[in-house]
Amino acid sequence: MAHKILIVDDEPNIVISLEFLMKKEGFEVAVAGDGEDALAKVAAFAPDLVLLDVMMPKKSGFEVCEALRADPARAGLRIVMLTAKGRDTEVAKGLALGANAYVTKPFSTKELVAKVKELLAA
Amino acid sequence: MKAKHRLLLAVVVLGLLMTGPFVVTSLLVWLDMQDAEREMLTKLLISRLPIGTMMTLFGFILGVFVIHRLFKQYVEGLLRMSETLRLMLGANRNFRVTPDGPPEVQQLARAANDLAQQRDALMDDVDSQIAAAKASVEEEKNRLAALMSELAQAVVVCNLDGRILLYNNRARLQFRALATGPTSVSGGALIGLGRSIHSILEKSQVRHAQEVIRQRLAGGKAAMANFITTLRGGQLLRVQMVPVLAADGGEAMTGYVLTIENITRNIEQEARRDQVLHSLTEGSRSALGNIRAAVANLIDYPEMEAELRERFLKVVGDEVAAMSQRLDQTMAEFSDSMKTRWPLEDILGIDMIAAAQRRIEDRLGLPTKTEELDDALWIKADSFSLVFALLYLAGKLVDHYEPRELRFRLSSEGKLAYLDLIWAGPAMSSETFYTWEMESMQVAGETTPMTLREVIDRHAGEIWYQREKAAHRAYFRFVLPVATPEVAPEDERSRGSGRPEYYDFDLFAARNEFVDLDRKLSELTYTVFDTETTGLEPSNGDEIIQIGAARIVNNRQLRQEIFNQLVDPERPLRPESIPIHGISEDMVRGQPNIDIVLPAFHEFCEDTVLIAHNAAFDMRFLQLKEERTGVRFTQPVLDTLLLSAVVHPNQESHKLDVILERLGIGIAKRHNALEDAFATGEVFLKLVPLLEEMGIVTLRQAIEASAKTQFARVKY
Repeated sequence: MAHKILIVDDEPNIVISLEFLMKKEGFEVAVAGDGEDALAKVAAFAPDLVLLDVMMPKKSGFEVCEALRADPARAGLRIVMLTAKGRDTEVAKGLALGANAYVTKPFSTKELVAKVKELLAA
Repeated sequence: MKAKHRLLLAVVVLGLLMTGPFVVTSLLVWLDMQDAEREMLTKLLISRLPIGTMMTLFGFILGVFVIHRLFKQYVEGLLRMSETLRLMLGANRNFRVTPDGPPEVQQLARAANDLAQQRDALMDDVDSQIAAAKASVEEEKNRLAALMSELAQAVVVCNLDGRILLYNNRARLQFRALATGPTSVSGGALIGLGRSIHSILEKSQVRHAQEVIRQRLAGGKAAMANFITTLRGGQLLRVQMVPVLAADGGEAMTGYVLTIENITRNIEQEARRDQVLHSLTEGSRSALGNIRAAVANLIDYPEMEAELRERFLKVVGDEVAAMSQRLDQTMAEFSDSMKTRWPLEDILGIDMIAAAQRRIEDRLGLPTKTEELDDALWIKADSFSLVFALLYLAGKLVDHYEPRELRFRLSSEGKLAYLDLIWAGPAMSSETFYTWEMESMQVAGETTPMTLREVIDRHAGEIWYQREKAAHRAYFRFVLPVATPEVAPEDERSRGSGRPEYYDFDLFAARNEFVDLDRKLSELTYTVFDTETTGLEPSNGDEIIQIGAARIVNNRQLRQEIFNQLVDPERPLRPESIPIHGISEDMVRGQPNIDIVLPAFHEFCEDTVLIAHNAAFDMRFLQLKEERTGVRFTQPVLDTLLLSAVVHPNQESHKLDVILERLGIGIAKRHNALEDAFATGEVFLKLVPLLEEMGIVTLRQAIEASAKTQFARVKY
């Protein structure tokens, strides 16, 4: 059974690439456009992994990450944070809040796919 | 025993001496005699008695006369002399005893005079030595103050209570520049000798810095503290504090020196630079991420459907367009902040050209001229490297084209200054100029590792070569940033001569309570003021049109710490009053009204005693405005009119002009509020010692004495 991936980002220009890429890699994909939508989609779609953008309207990626980690039923959910902020402090914050990985834009698609597969295999 | 009694006693003794032996002898002889002998003697005596008595009386009178003479000359003469000696000792050093009386007394007088002479010589010597020492100390202080006033940094020296002992011109200008307000002095007036620095800088921060210094001193570290403080209006100041240590070399702090720098502009610039950097780095990440992912997909999956391919290409196209636009926008917005951080100074364009002309004529022997020069144009430049670049180009021209002369031209367009180096000669190729730009500069035996290009880049400028065909000549055009220099310090030294007034080190030990009724008049801080008004009836609608005031600190009138403000009375002036105060209708229109001026004046005279001539009149004007402006003048007030009446109760007039003449004060200009305030201040300073002679020493005594004069009953 194919793993399910939820892509959370408010920028259609990155969503289109990520969606295409993940589908090509054989995952089942859903998309959420903001933080609140993301929480709803996690409940409905039950993904194995979330690609989570940090800068979003309504709820930031950090908030979504915290909310997801607060739910023990979802302990197995893998979270990869995607962000346009490259500062060490942000990386540390993302990891501290429970993200499994932290990827800074611009990233290599190959590396992202490798990271996703590695996390899902673990 | 008094001298007079001693004289009487002497006369009695004389009488006894003259009659006593005779009477005693006669008595003894009489007792020894027979009766017959006694009878014979009586007979003999009776007939001779008148002549004997006469002789005795004559002798007695002669004796009394001699005694009286001696008494006059030796006793009374010496007493007189002792009085004059006392006079010489104290009140009048130059007094001398007139040698009088018998030779011995005269000798004594001469000896005393000689002693006095010797003493005077010694005292004069000591006095002159003290004066010389004082003068040299004074000179040193003045030199220090002069040095401080020329410093480009703002410096303020305070005692431990935060009272200002010294400040330099820069500090004054800086704080004045910070002052925001319609009057000439609001805010700026806060810096002043004897004023508290805490009105400018946060007290707790100053105290904290002092504490830091104390700890560092105790720890044997370099004693210094820094802090940054925010002023009213959001200006940022960086303050450095170093201690003034006790003169005995101990570690006790007696005061501190503050160097103050306004860093608002620097901080703003830094912030803008950060913003640029941020928008160019972080701001690009997201867009770049989108492009990268899209491009990777296009490359990795070449077989994708046409429609998807179109969408990925559109992503790339849109993102790239957006990025380019943002880049342009950022550059346009922040071009000023992007400039090099090389320290450039503001320099008057013509000054730099003059320097270049001198160097070129000196080093190359090539005559130079100038054409149109914008003599008010300031540029931002590192003048050394720029002058060197000009010399280098001149040297190159001499080597290659042998021009007969060089000319300079300076003009500007918007934020750019054009500095042209012009010569007549054949066209040069752009390749030649390119090599000149890129080689290390060498000229007339001087070298620098810098290239012309680097110098230009350092200025964020440009340079090009251009021909003026019609004139058969060419020029190099330097494009440099135009500077907007800070307003040049206005020179106020003309006002008031004598020693600079930016310092008073005698305040080091001054106490902090400003207005204490039982302090000496000579120790207090005063604000002397005068007003010009539309008329003489404050309760009948007359208004203030000018307030002039000066400060007296430590017995000295400060001519630079002044308040001088015209006031719009918001009613027409009386035509008959205009010749008196010389203020015309158009001078007061557009000036701030009393609601604005009075609070500023109140701030100016905070913690001081007010002095005015005929103060009741001026105070009435101020009091009538209390309700409207919410400003109350509660401090003690002294009136020079009343004080003059205290000192000279028998004089008829106590008008300011008359007092000035009586006290020998020459004042050139009058009948302007500020000049009248100065005159009043001078009068007060002359009156203080005269009051002291009368035993009126403290402020309380002066106020009480004033209230007792007949003039104190005048009401307005």
